[in-house]
Amino acid sequence: MKLKTFKLGGVHPPENKKTADIPVVPVDIPKRVSVIMSQHLGVPAVPVVEKGDKVKVGTLIGEAKGFISANIHSPVSGTVFKVDGVTDATGYRKDAVIINVEGDDWEEKIDKSETLLKEIKLSPEEIIQRIKDSGIVGMGGAAFPTHVKYMFPEGKTADTLVINGVECEPYLTSDHRVMLEKPDEILVGVSIMMKAGKVDRAKIGIETNKPDAINVLSEKAKDYPGIEVVPLKVQYPQGAEKQLIKALLNREIPSGKLPLDVGCIVNNIGTAFAIYEAVQKNKPLIERVVTLTGKGLKKGGNFLVRIGIPAKNLLEKLGEEIPENTGKMISGGPMMGKAINHLDIPVTKGTSGIVLMSEEESKRNIIQNCIRCSKCVSVCPMGLEPYLLEKLAEKDMFEECEKEAIVDCIECGSCSYTCPSSRQLLDHIRYGKQNVMRIMRERRQQ
Amino acid sequence: MNPVILYSVGVLALIAAGSAIILYFVAKKFKVDEDPRIGEVTEILPGANCGGCGFPGCSGFATALVKGADKGDISGLACPPGGNETMTAVGEFLGLTVEESAPTTAVVRCNGTKAKAPSKLTYEGPTKCAIAHTLFSGENSCPHGCLGLGDCVDACDFEAIYMDEETGLPVVIPDKCTSCGACVRACPRDIIEIRPRGRKDRRVWVACMNEEKGPIPMKNCKVTCIGCAKCFDVCPPVANAITMGNNLAFIDGDKCIACGKCIVVCPTTAILATFEPPKPKPKPVTEEKEASEVKK
Amino acid sequence: MSNKLIVSLSPHEKGELSVEKVMWGVVIALMPSFAISVYTFGFDAIKVVLLSVVFCVGIEFLIQKFMLKSETTILDGSAAITGILLAFNVPSNIPWWQLLAGSVVAIGISKMAFGGLGKNPFNPALVGRAFMLASFPVEMTTWPVPFSNIWSPATDAITAATPLGRLAEGGVKALGALTDPPVEAVDYIDIFIGKVGGSLGEISAAAILIGGLYMLYKKIITWHIPVFYLLSLAGFSGLLWIIDPSKYADPLFHLLAGGAMLGAWFMATDLVTSPMSVKGQIIFAVLGGLLCGAIRIYGSYPEGCSYSILIMNAFVPLIDKYSKPKRFGKEVNYG
Repeated sequence: MKLKTFKLGGVHPPENKKTADIPVVPVDIPKRVSVIMSQHLGVPAVPVVEKGDKVKVGTLIGEAKGFISANIHSPVSGTVFKVDGVTDATGYRKDAVIINVEGDDWEEKIDKSETLLKEIKLSPEEIIQRIKDSGIVGMGGAAFPTHVKYMFPEGKTADTLVINGVECEPYLTSDHRVMLEKPDEILVGVSIMMKAGKVDRAKIGIETNKPDAINVLSEKAKDYPGIEVVPLKVQYPQGAEKQLIKALLNREIPSGKLPLDVGCIVNNIGTAFAIYEAVQKNKPLIERVVTLTGKGLKKGGNFLVRIGIPAKNLLEKLGEEIPENTGKMISGGPMMGKAINHLDIPVTKGTSGIVLMSEEESKRNIIQNCIRCSKCVSVCPMGLEPYLLEKLAEKDMFEECEKEAIVDCIECGSCSYTCPSSRQLLDHIRYGKQNVMRIMRERRQQ
Repeated sequence: MNPVILYSVGVLALIAAGSAIILYFVAKKFKVDEDPRIGEVTEILPGANCGGCGFPGCSGFATALVKGADKGDISGLACPPGGNETMTAVGEFLGLTVEESAPTTAVVRCNGTKAKAPSKLTYEGPTKCAIAHTLFSGENSCPHGCLGLGDCVDACDFEAIYMDEETGLPVVIPDKCTSCGACVRACPRDIIEIRPRGRKDRRVWVACMNEEKGPIPMKNCKVTCIGCAKCFDVCPPVANAITMGNNLAFIDGDKCIACGKCIVVCPTTAILATFEPPKPKPKPVTEEKEASEVKK
Repeated sequence: MSNKLIVSLSPHEKGELSVEKVMWGVVIALMPSFAISVYTFGFDAIKVVLLSVVFCVGIEFLIQKFMLKSETTILDGSAAITGILLAFNVPSNIPWWQLLAGSVVAIGISKMAFGGLGKNPFNPALVGRAFMLASFPVEMTTWPVPFSNIWSPATDAITAATPLGRLAEGGVKALGALTDPPVEAVDYIDIFIGKVGGSLGEISAAAILIGGLYMLYKKIITWHIPVFYLLSLAGFSGLLWIIDPSKYADPLFHLLAGGAMLGAWFMATDLVTSPMSVKGQIIFAVLGGLLCGAIRIYGSYPEGCSYSILIMNAFVPLIDKYSKPKRFGKEVNYG
């Protein structure tokens, strides 16, 4: 039987999933953590604690501000050292709550037991409120506040919940390990989300390079009504929400619209696990699985990390040093991740992995003239013309960029990956897209 | 004569005459009545079409000037490249008096050279400050400092700014600078400012934009402003040109009397000037010392 | 970690494609045709191809180093391809200085004057050929007899007409007397394999086909342009042949004879001068094939392939503007 996939574009970067078989180990809690207040898309949270306040694991330390925002809870117990700026991954300073750690006391309301709780006692509205209170955001890397996806505007409904178990980025294996180690919890979480979104069917998409995860989840899903596990072809960017909905349901989201406009809610499979813990165990989002990998490391690994712990602690837990010829360090995957300036950055809710790349892999090739080979056009999953958008953006011709639908770009990087002349296509397209969105915003305000 | 030639010439002549007549009537019917003064004012203007006045091109500015003249007031309008000469000539033509404005120039308010703010990272990407600014804080990790990729140099139409390869910072040539503001708009970090040139070309400015508390930017740059306010203390009351805000000092170019006292007292040499500041007077031998000599 | 960390925007990985791989892949695909031309024309073939490549690469090097004072890009293989293709478009007994003139026009005027690789609107090899045909009509249309003078340079222009030449002069009836010694009827196997006269590269349809299939396998070109060009040419000539077989040659002959195969597989598919979307490429190829047939049958030239491609090159920006690729988000299938 032919595997399902999206039809337009796509590339096949080498998978390099060398940490797929390594079980998750927790990282030791250091003496001090820095919890950044903007760990999600939208407005950063506002700190609600001050220097000297005592906190426990799960105490609210940052309150959501505005509609698209999320709460932040303390990942450790101890005393607040200060509320100050911290240099984040990009070298810019962001507000953070810095806590000196004392012990590991959890808030009383949190159920720390490992027993599986299958019965969903809350109503849909209560579930959405619990997701909001627990500060759940998308765990795939974009960190969009999850409760917003379930608060449907007037007149819109959904008929399918789509769960992204694809993990199409090379190197990353955190979702894979969560699927293997906590399959029942995930499926209960999916059932909770189905109840919250008032849908009666869910489809979990998993790429065929994770056959063990497909088997485990397919077996267990038989006990959960309405949940179907669908194997998908290995192709990047299979995990992008527009491409995932096309592959699973053959529906295409029109330009400028959202998944809800084609009746879908899309969430990452790690988010499903976080929702299980939030709804059944009253545990807010304070830790996540992070992959540490790279060709230079002997083994690499998958770690359960409390947010706020510096990334270098993962390396310490692994017991290795930064490889000698490291050229670049990436937070996230190599196709869409951010290059970080140093390893002291604190882990956030959206950090899915840390990849250490060697110098040869990191250096960009010399840029040559565009040879009009149209390979960028053939790999673009959104059907755009990257060579044209690059040319227009370079010349600051933003009206023409808008006509060429530059805002449809999902920034997957397939075009830059493929270009034989090593042109910096996505860099310029991103610049053009930011300016076009600014112009559109200004136009709306007038 | 060959009838073919006759016919060809005749037909072509007819077509030409017919077109001329049609064009004459069309030109008359669709003629745009423009105030003739607009054309004359456009002639007086420099013709650089730089947009420094805030209007689209010199003819756009001329239209605004004529409209203002009809109301009797052109006080808010100025042509930076033309300067006082041009505005006086325009005023004469339109029959209005024009106030003379002080000459200005663009000033780069960052002194984080490659030596003083060494680079800790290597940037690979398009040579465009607007793009690098969205990626990270900069090769020297100062989030407010100059990225050195030259968007300001590309924006200038008058070749009045160039990149110094040794320092990694842009340098303005004040005599060529027309204060049109293109470099100010191009800089994503608002490092460039249009400031008065000062009497006898003496001007002082704080060459730093960093708003962090002292120890933090010092990790990245040796000549950062740490917000100690020593300059604020020493600025003479007659000028009162320095204000402190967000750990950063700011010198008001209109109020500054260019005495140079703040330059000397700044512990990080974050304040720059176009002239040598007066050296502080050596302390006179005190009575204490004479007394101690007597004790011996 | 001794050096400073590198910081850049995503993506941080790069695929394997490079300009060099694409260009040298085309050169490899041209090797079967080169082998056949050496077999047929001997030492002259090697001389002409080698000279052409040296001239083209040399002119690009000189222009880049001394006129533009910029980096030299001769190693990327594009000048070499132009050299080989230009050589394939001329008879093997062409004087060297005419080849030099053609190279100067091909590289200097039609490629470097527009900005170098990727900026030329017309196929450089075809521009060179068109220039040479207009400037040196006699030498460009005087072909040597195949399989004579294999290993010694041609002394005098002992000529033989090409199959298309015969067709143009004498109509369908003259399609005998192609090979030496002449045979009664046109032997399709001969013009498929290449045992006929003509320019260096156009004689063997089989060799070109092998090269074309190699390029498809390596994903250097897509199948749309060659297939639609040849189909369109065959369709147009076939229609006329059905109407009056005594006046028009059959479509198979049109496909195999002359430069149609070379043009369809190597000239029309030139990455720089062909449209960017599949829809555009099909339009480009279909119109090109029609033009080729029209020039051959109704025009005064025996061979229309190069002009058809040059004319379509001029239309490529217009085709690109109006045939955009399919965008995501049109097949909603919901509501």
